[in-house]
Amino acid sequence: NHKTLETSWLAFLASDVHPPHDWSSISWWSEVQMGPPDPILGVSEAYKRDTNPKKINLGVGAYRDDQGKPYVLSCVRKAEAQIAAKKLDKEYLAIGGLGDFTKACAKLALGDDNEVIKSGRNITVQTISGTGSLRIGANFLSRFHTEARDVYLPKPSWGNHTPIFRDAGMQLKAYTYYDPKTCGFDFQGALNDISKIPEKSVIMLHACAHNPTGVDPRPEQWKEIADLVKKRNLLVFFDMAYQGFASGDIDRDAWAVRYFIEQGHNIVLSQSFAKNMGLYGERVGGFTVVCKDAEEAKRVESQLKILIRPIYSNPPMNGARIAATILNTPDLYKEWLGEVHGMANRIITMRELLVANLKKEGSTRNWKHVIDQIGMFCFTGLKPEQVERLTKEFSIYMTKDGRISMAGVTSGNVGYLAQGIHAVTK
Amino acid sequence: IMSLFGEVPQATPVAVFKLSNDFKEDANPKKVNLGVGAYRTDEGQPWVLPVVKKVEKIIVADNSLNHEYLAILGLPEFRSSASKIALGEDSPAIQENRVGAVQCLGGTGALKMGAEFLRRWYNGNDNTKTPVYVSAPTWENHNAVFANAGFEDVRPYKYWDAEKRGLDLDGFLGDLESAPKHSIFVLHACAHNPTGTDPTHVEWMQVAEVMKRRKLFVFFDSAYQGFASGCLDKDAWAVRYFVTQGFEMFCAQSFSKNFGLYNERVGNLTIVARDSDNLKRVLSQMEKIVRVTWSNPPSQGARLVAITLNTPELFAEWKDNVKTMADRVLLMRASLQAKLQALETPGTWDHITQQIGMFSFTGLNPKQVEYMIKERSIYLMASGRINMCGLTTKNIDYVAESIHETVVNVQ
Repeated sequence: NHKTLETSWLAFLASDVHPPHDWSSISWWSEVQMGPPDPILGVSEAYKRDTNPKKINLGVGAYRDDQGKPYVLSCVRKAEAQIAAKKLDKEYLAIGGLGDFTKACAKLALGDDNEVIKSGRNITVQTISGTGSLRIGANFLSRFHTEARDVYLPKPSWGNHTPIFRDAGMQLKAYTYYDPKTCGFDFQGALNDISKIPEKSVIMLHACAHNPTGVDPRPEQWKEIADLVKKRNLLVFFDMAYQGFASGDIDRDAWAVRYFIEQGHNIVLSQSFAKNMGLYGERVGGFTVVCKDAEEAKRVESQLKILIRPIYSNPPMNGARIAATILNTPDLYKEWLGEVHGMANRIITMRELLVANLKKEGSTRNWKHVIDQIGMFCFTGLKPEQVERLTKEFSIYMTKDGRISMAGVTSGNVGYLAQGIHAVTK
Repeated sequence: IMSLFGEVPQATPVAVFKLSNDFKEDANPKKVNLGVGAYRTDEGQPWVLPVVKKVEKIIVADNSLNHEYLAILGLPEFRSSASKIALGEDSPAIQENRVGAVQCLGGTGALKMGAEFLRRWYNGNDNTKTPVYVSAPTWENHNAVFANAGFEDVRPYKYWDAEKRGLDLDGFLGDLESAPKHSIFVLHACAHNPTGTDPTHVEWMQVAEVMKRRKLFVFFDSAYQGFASGCLDKDAWAVRYFVTQGFEMFCAQSFSKNFGLYNERVGNLTIVARDSDNLKRVLSQMEKIVRVTWSNPPSQGARLVAITLNTPELFAEWKDNVKTMADRVLLMRASLQAKLQALETPGTWDHITQQIGMFSFTGLNPKQVEYMIKERSIYLMASGRINMCGLTTKNIDYVAESIHETVVNVQ
């Protein structure tokens, strides 16, 4: 019977009824529109295509050394060597990731002696860097925080925040944050807007080194915000992608996060190790939910796993293993703190150099904000037309909002950069 | 303070991981773990492929490498070489520039990306009601991946015939005939999980004919290429056949098992489109989905696979390593079947050697499975699925005797 079937099938195949069937006119994808290039990552792609030898890439927030080269941290190389010597297997991690990593990740953010960690009332899962952490967080809130659908982002915020939360089914709103007149923090504006946010809404706060503006609240201002947020009964979502990178000091940069927790806010927190450990492509991050108690943390953990499993099952080992080794080995940890400090310092130096060079060019504009702002990014205050000129005439690449990555500035190119900026703003 | 998460219920743990946990906590020295799908050596140990160790050293020694972000769609040399593995070096579709790929986090990630794309763009802009068919039974995460991507109608298609312990071809073809047009079908490229039962070439041809006529979408899940027969090309026959039949299709590839890179999350969603223009637009939309999920994929594993696939001696060594794993599984299949026959265990046990790949659907029922776990400390899935890799020359007698005892004493 099987033989007969096979023969008849082979005959069928040989016949002309059978293809190559002309499907040439039909595609499932005829209606698929061309997606626009990513506003941030698209900048690097345009930069790559430019043949001008003086070109500068101030787009993506990836650290560069003073030669404009990617910087692999020495503590990372040492950690890699240590790991290689251990000859570990490649068995799947747990859904929530590497335990050595998640514990250290929480301690880094909250402080070793934090009561939250001691009482076991946080759940920290390993995520696919900051993006993956925000996405898991968004999915979690979308599914379980059903009293409110709104997420309030600072105006402006990282460009990818909006699509992430939207895709997860939340609605996006904004609160005043940046003051274009001062290129600084619009504190009163922020308080005014926050005071009107409906109870139980989610409010996104950048823990330090606000992206894209580089404008952070001062501690006294954070205190007032924390107070107001508590009065409004809002759920705080901290995004901490630059711990260590802002001031050069790990604890200082985590101050706001720790203060809020101290004040009784049960926050959710996203952490990234892309920048502060230079582990960009290894995708190392964490997502933390601070719960009422350990029992609640267990329930939340079980639900986070249910969210993670149908996306990617379990997270990648390599980067988490490197990060865990650094965080858990005293020598390496110390070396890491020094290197983070070094990176932050180079950026601070570049800020000072840029302002000095602008003055040298003869610019009479007030560039104080370049030095006042903190972290990898600087909101120059340049308008889209000026940005376009900078790109077209000088091959200096940045995002349309006038944001530059200070990490892309070197002592070798800061002069040219100042020339360009002065030319389009004089 | 009132907790915002006071109402969050405790979720039931994922079965296969709970099984591993229970196994870990069992104190019985004779315990055997036939649960999770990972390869084990004859010593019962995980196996880092020799070629992987070699390439890791190459990577560590190369100071020109860094940890910078990959492109959104991943490492180009990984994506193209991985697609070649699935479709064949000389695939006409590749030559016609209508094959693209998205590097993803393991096979799961590839399925996820494909699912998200289909929900948004497949047949109109909202495919939440488009039926997605998965085999009965199937890998338990298939349902969740598609449901979480927004598909409201995930249904089973007949596949496993429990009575005859083989493929229910009539049922399968019947479901293809009766599925609403444009339904999406998730097909296992080879080494069906969990049954180990694959259609023959002729059976695949019949499936393809119906799918083409009824305009059903082909979504292959290829997690075991090389692992089934030991030969990459043989295991890719079905995928390549469908390409020759002119389908636009997706193939979610995993390199977890065939490269032993489980925890590095190395996967690839291969896309075969009508032409390069359609492909371009598809990839541009894939980028948007990637960007809101993980921004860009992890570099280590992809680098490793790319170097291996693109270096002739390493590629040959890899194929050899894959054959080593597949051969050990085949040996364990033959041994287990022989032992059960020798014991004269009631029932027929031919399916153990007829099935292919890492898993075998033993046919043990839930009560028998419970007995195996509780009384014999042999851990297997409630479905009766065993991982052949959990068998070794040292434990196979114990397992065979246990199956015998279970079948005889528990109905």
